[in-house]
Amino acid sequence: MRVAIIGAGIVGASIARELSRYEVEVHLVEREADVGWGVSKANTGLIHAGYDDDPERFPNRARLCVEGNRIWHRWVEELDIPHAWSGALVIAKEESEVKVLEGLLRRGERNRVPELRILERDEALSMEPNLVKVEAALYAPTVGQISPPQAVIALVENAVDNGVKVHLDTEVRGVEVSGEKVRGLRTSAGFLEADIVINAAGLYADEISREVGADYFEIRPRKGEYLIFDEDAGPKPSRVLFPTPSERSKGVVVTTEVQGHLMVGPNAQDLPKEEKDDRSTTPKGLREIYKKASEIWPLPPLNKVIRTFSGLRPEPTGGDFVIRAEDVWGFVNVAGMRSPGLTAAPAVAKEVARILAGMGIDLREKTKWKVRRRGIHGNRAGQGRVICRCNLVREPEIREAIRRMKRIGVKTPSVDSVKFRTSATTGTCQGSFCRIEIASILAEEFNSPLWDVTLKGRGSELGVGDVKVLLRR
Amino acid sequence: MTVYKLTCVICPLSCSVEVEVEGNRVKDVRGFSCTRGKEWAVEEVLSPKRVVMTVIQVRGGKEPVVSVKTDSPIPKERIRELMSYLATLEVEAPISIGQVVVEHPLGLKTKIVATGSVEAVETRGHA
Amino acid sequence: MMYDVVVVGGGPAGLAAASESSKLGLGTLLLDENPRLGGILPQCIHPGFGLHCLGEDLTGPEFAHRLIEEVRRSDVEVKTQAHVTSLAMRSDLVKEVTYASPQGTEAVQAKAVIYAAGARERHRFEVGIAGDRVAGIYTAGEAQAMMDLYGVMPGRRVVIVGSGDVGLIMARRFALEGAEVVGVVEMLPYPGGLARNLMILRDFDIPLYLSHKVTEVRGRGRVERVKVVRVDEELRETGEGFWMECDTLLISAGLVPRVKILRRAGAIIDPATGGPVVNDRLETTLPGVFAAGNSLIINDLVDYAVEQGRTAAKGAGEFVRGNGIPTRRWIRVRREGNVRFVVPHMLGGDRDVWLYTRVSRPVEDALVEVPEIGLRRKVPVLKPSEMLRLRIKAEVEGGRVTLVIK
Repeated sequence: MRVAIIGAGIVGASIARELSRYEVEVHLVEREADVGWGVSKANTGLIHAGYDDDPERFPNRARLCVEGNRIWHRWVEELDIPHAWSGALVIAKEESEVKVLEGLLRRGERNRVPELRILERDEALSMEPNLVKVEAALYAPTVGQISPPQAVIALVENAVDNGVKVHLDTEVRGVEVSGEKVRGLRTSAGFLEADIVINAAGLYADEISREVGADYFEIRPRKGEYLIFDEDAGPKPSRVLFPTPSERSKGVVVTTEVQGHLMVGPNAQDLPKEEKDDRSTTPKGLREIYKKASEIWPLPPLNKVIRTFSGLRPEPTGGDFVIRAEDVWGFVNVAGMRSPGLTAAPAVAKEVARILAGMGIDLREKTKWKVRRRGIHGNRAGQGRVICRCNLVREPEIREAIRRMKRIGVKTPSVDSVKFRTSATTGTCQGSFCRIEIASILAEEFNSPLWDVTLKGRGSELGVGDVKVLLRR
Repeated sequence: MTVYKLTCVICPLSCSVEVEVEGNRVKDVRGFSCTRGKEWAVEEVLSPKRVVMTVIQVRGGKEPVVSVKTDSPIPKERIRELMSYLATLEVEAPISIGQVVVEHPLGLKTKIVATGSVEAVETRGHA
Repeated sequence: MMYDVVVVGGGPAGLAAASESSKLGLGTLLLDENPRLGGILPQCIHPGFGLHCLGEDLTGPEFAHRLIEEVRRSDVEVKTQAHVTSLAMRSDLVKEVTYASPQGTEAVQAKAVIYAAGARERHRFEVGIAGDRVAGIYTAGEAQAMMDLYGVMPGRRVVIVGSGDVGLIMARRFALEGAEVVGVVEMLPYPGGLARNLMILRDFDIPLYLSHKVTEVRGRGRVERVKVVRVDEELRETGEGFWMECDTLLISAGLVPRVKILRRAGAIIDPATGGPVVNDRLETTLPGVFAAGNSLIINDLVDYAVEQGRTAAKGAGEFVRGNGIPTRRWIRVRREGNVRFVVPHMLGGDRDVWLYTRVSRPVEDALVEVPEIGLRRKVPVLKPSEMLRLRIKAEVEGGRVTLVIK
C-alpha cells in the first residue's frame, strides 16, 4: 500500500509521522525546497486550549483542537520540539467584554477544555502586572507555544527515520484517476504511483481537490502580519495575552515567543483567492497591529522592532476543517486547516489514520518504530566557532543542520533551512553579520558556487555571480 | 565659455569653487580659500583623476579575492577600461600587502598594488 | 587568569587601545570575535583612512595592517574567535569577562576592561521598510563583505537607502564593478556624506532623491521593485510614491553601537549617542570599564576611533595604578542650542580633553562656544553627518561646562 501526502506543512508532516508507525509506504511531496515553508512557516505558533470554536458550527475544529492540545503535550517531549506551556489570558478591558468571557468559558466547558476559569481584575494583574487595562480575564492554563517550522522539521525527521520518503522541490501538477480510483500524482519530477492520496496542500488544497471533482469548497487566503521586538525590549508577558475575541478572529495577540522575543500579531486581512503567494507586510497593517496590541500591553517603541513578517491562513468555505474521504476511492481531503490547525494537527493525523482504517486499509503496526527524535543541541558551553553572534549559534550546529537537511532530501541550499533549524540570523542584527558566513558553509557542503546559495529556495539566490561577473559581459 | 561649480574636497571647509573655462584654458577661479583648493579645482575641471580601488580574483588562496588600488590617480575617463581589464585577471596566492600585482596596465603610468594579503592554501599531495 | 586590562574588540579602537595599554606597561589581553583582526577595516577597501592620525591616505586593509603590526610587536596577548558574551563586576577592582571560543566557554579576570566592540548596521525592519521578505536586501556592510571578502556580486540594479558616506562609497563600489545604481534615496532634505564622497554621484551619474524614503519592497524570490515616497519636513509621507525597478536594495541607514553587554552589566546608556555615558577618561558608569570607538559614539573618521582607544587605555592605566580613578567632583557637560550629543559626558577638570559632538540640523556660519573657558569659534558649516571635535582646556571656571552651538 502506497500513500502520497501532498504538502509537508504541519498537517502533512503530522500525518506522515503518524502513518510511519504502520506497514505502509509513505511519500511526502512538497513544492518548496524545504518542509514547513507554507502556511506553517508564519503564524502565531500557539497551541490553543479549545474554547474558541463553536461545536455546532465548527464540529471538527472544536473536537480536534482539544484533542490536539492533549497530544502536543506528549509530542513535544517525544520529538524534542522547543515549546513553552505558558498558559493564556483573554483580557476583558471593560465590563461589556466580561459577558463574552463568560460565553467562552461555557463553550470551553462544553468542548471539555480543562482548568478554565475567569479571573477578577486583581488576580489578572497579579499574574501580569503590566496589563494596560483589565476588568477580568479568562485563564486557560493549557495554552502553549511552539515554533511551527521546528515542529514540522522534527516530525519529518522522525518520519524519515521511520521510512517515509520526502520529495522536495516537487510540485504536484495533477492527480491521476482511473476507474474511480486514485492511481498516483503527476509532478514536476515525474509520475508518483500511489493508492492513497492525502491532500494537505494548505492554500492550494481546493485546486488539488478539484482534480478529483471534489469542488464543494474553496480556500481563501487570509493574511496576518506580525511584529517581533529585540530580545532586550520589554516588558514581556509571562502568558499569551488575547484581547476579547470578535466573531471573525481571535484578535491581535501579545506574547513572548519561544525564543524569548516579545511578539505581537496577527491582524486579519482577506485577500482575493488568486493571491496565495502574497506574504508581504504592509505599512498600514503593521501600524494597525501595533495600535491594537498597545490597547492591552505597553509596547516598546517601533525602533525596537527587529523583524516583521506575514503569513497566510487558509480559510475554507464554511469555516470548518474539511477532513473526509472523497467519492474517488483513495483520495482524502485534509483541507482548510485555518486556526486552530496547528493545534489540531496531531489529532487530525490520527483522524486520517481512522479514515484509512475505515476504508479497509490494513494498518498493521511496525515491529520497530522509533518514537523519539532529538533536536540539535548547541548550547552556551558548546564548542566551535561562533557564527551567529546574536543567538550564539556555532559552526558545528550549522553543519549538523545541513546534515539533517540532506537527510530529509533538501537539494537546494538555503539560508532559511539553516535558520529554522538553528535560529541563526533571527537575532538583533537579522543576519547582516552572519548570513554570508552561513551561505559559505552551505556552498561548501552542497558543493555549490557561493552566489547560487539561496535565501529561501530557487529564485532567491543571494548573488548574481562572482564579483567580476558584470564586467566580463 | 563654461563655468564649473564644484564643492572643494580638500578639507572639511567644503568651499564652493567656480572655475571659468574657455576652450581648454582656465580664465578664472573663484571661491577657494587656499592654493591647494585652487589647484584641485583646476585639475578637476581640466583633467580629473581618481585613485581606483577594487578587488582582483585570487587562485589558490585562502581568500577568493585580494583588495588592490592604483598607486597613483588615473584619468577618470579610463576607469571603466581599467576595471574591465582587471576583471580578466586572476593572481596566484600568496599575495602580500604592498606587492605590485600589475605594472602599468593598459600603458597607464600607475601600478596595481595589493592593499591586503592573501595566504596560499596548503596543497595536499595526492598519493 | 588576572590581566591588568582586557580589551573587547579588535577593530581600530580596540587595536589602538591594546597597543597603548601595553606601551604603558599593563598586562593586556585583546579578545576579538573574528578569525582575523581589524574589525570592519579589511572590507573597507576604499581610501580615506589615517589622514589625521598618520598624515597618510590609506585604504581600510592597509590601515588595519599598520595597527595590527603595532599590536604584534607589543606584548599584547591576542585571542581571535573569542566572542564576548558577558561582563560581570566581581568588585570595583575586578571584572570577569566571559567569552565563547572554539574550545568552549571561557572566562578571564581583569582590573580594567576597554570595551570596543564596534557597531552594527540598522537593517530594513528597523527602518520600517515593509513588503516582501526576499533575497537581495542587504545592509551596506553586508554587501561590502560579500564583494570584497567573499568575492560575490550581490546584484545588477541597485537602489541605496541613505546618502551617508557608507551608502555613497557602496554606490561607487557597485558602479565600478559594472552594476547600475538606480538611485540613492535620502529621507532628509540634504545629503549625508562628506563632499569628497558626494562627488561619487557625479562621477557615475547616480541620481540622488532627497526628501524621499523607501517604504516597501516587492518581489518573489529576489527584489523586483521598491516603492519610493516623498516626505515632508516632518518626514511624513506625502503622495502615492512611485516604483523603482531593481534587484537589490542596500540599506545604509546608520549604525548602532553594540552595547548590549555593557547595558546588561549595568552601564548607563545615553539615548542621544546609543553608547555609554562616560567621563573624560572614557570610563563608563561601571568603575574601570572604559569604552572607545563606535561602541562609544558612531565616528565618521577612523582616526577618532583610534584616538578614543588610546584615551581609554590611558584611563585604564590610571585606574590600574591608582586602584580606581580618584573620586572628584565631576563636571557635567551641558548642551545648549543645536547640539545633538556631546561626549564625554563628565569632565574631571584636571586635564585637557577632546569633546566629540554633532549638531541636530545643518547650520551655516555656526558659532560654537564654551563660555566658561572662553572658547568661541566660528565654523562656516556644521552638518549632523560631520562630527566636530573640540579641545577643552583643563581649567574650568565655577565647575560648569556648557557647549553651545548656534
